[in-house]
Amino acid sequence: MVYSDPAMRGSYAVLILIACLAWLSTLSPAQNPGQKAVATTREAGLAAWQQVFSVLTYPRCINCHTATNYPQQGDDRHRHLFNVVRGPGGKGVAGLNCATCHQSANADSTGVPGAYNWHLAPLSMRWQDRSDNILTSPDVCRSLNDRSNNGSLDGPGILRHHETEPLVLWAFQPGRHRDGTERSLPPLTHEQFVAATRIWVDAGMPCPQ
Amino acid sequence: MQTYRLNVNGQAKELTVDPGTPLLWVLREDLKMTGTKYGCGISACGACTVHVAGVATRSCVVPVSLIGDRPIVTIEGIGQDRVGRAVQEAWVREDVVQCGYCQSGQIMSAVALLKSRPRPTDADIEQSMGGNLCRCGTYVRIRKAIKAASQQLA
Repeated sequence: MVYSDPAMRGSYAVLILIACLAWLSTLSPAQNPGQKAVATTREAGLAAWQQVFSVLTYPRCINCHTATNYPQQGDDRHRHLFNVVRGPGGKGVAGLNCATCHQSANADSTGVPGAYNWHLAPLSMRWQDRSDNILTSPDVCRSLNDRSNNGSLDGPGILRHHETEPLVLWAFQPGRHRDGTERSLPPLTHEQFVAATRIWVDAGMPCPQ
Repeated sequence: MQTYRLNVNGQAKELTVDPGTPLLWVLREDLKMTGTKYGCGISACGACTVHVAGVATRSCVVPVSLIGDRPIVTIEGIGQDRVGRAVQEAWVREDVVQCGYCQSGQIMSAVALLKSRPRPTDADIEQSMGGNLCRCGTYVRIRKAIKAASQQLA
């Protein structure tokens, strides 16, 4: 069909445009390749964050991300025994440093965990409140996103931290108790933890509301 | 069994032991240096404290395999050091000791404190010595002796 009348050609063009818009509006994000990439990546990023969060708040990690003057111990996150205190640099105090007991590797024969540079996370990286309650997922996520508080780490920096930091690696190989039983492990393997961190970082480090 | 070369109080010592053997038992059983005491065996009381590379260390929980080439100083050698000698002399002057069992560890922790904080406050002393228990309750005299040693060293 050919419309020789310019007015008719204009009306036809408008109709086609409306039809196209109507058709586009019926598409779900999954059917629209452009939208799919954005929506899925953020969704995947949020899902990956929950995986990361499950590790960060596991006792092997969060016991040293306290908001108090002391570290915690054990799966019940009790206050560290022996009057251990944070100290000015997060490494205890003279005469009672972290290194007074914690060496560069696990001491399975005596049950004392160890890794290079054993210390508490600084207060700016606390993931608990002063009553030892774990912060919410959005709060911890925002904390990791805040470069003024996270050691000035950007996304790749956080990923590298999770990949190579000796204390992070320790959490996945935490050694044995004095009675020979193994310390419990975070819910993900280290490989899964790094993979989840990578997805979250690649998604722009989104945080749940 | 494995052979280790340790630097103890400035002297080289060679011994063959199980790698998991706590340093305390290497000192006491293999090297016959019994000044360092066994108290709790779980780093809870501080009686076994020695210095490893200058850090007050609970020898009952540190396997010999993790010492490496770091120098060890025990109560037998602490008097060779200026701060160590001042602390030991203050301990005698203030008549700190009652039964004495915990005092090797108390002195080793006190020396580590004074080397880090030459003029410690009461809070410094409480925190730094908080892991060293004394069933005789000599804490007041320990604090007094630490302050006396601090003044002598000033």
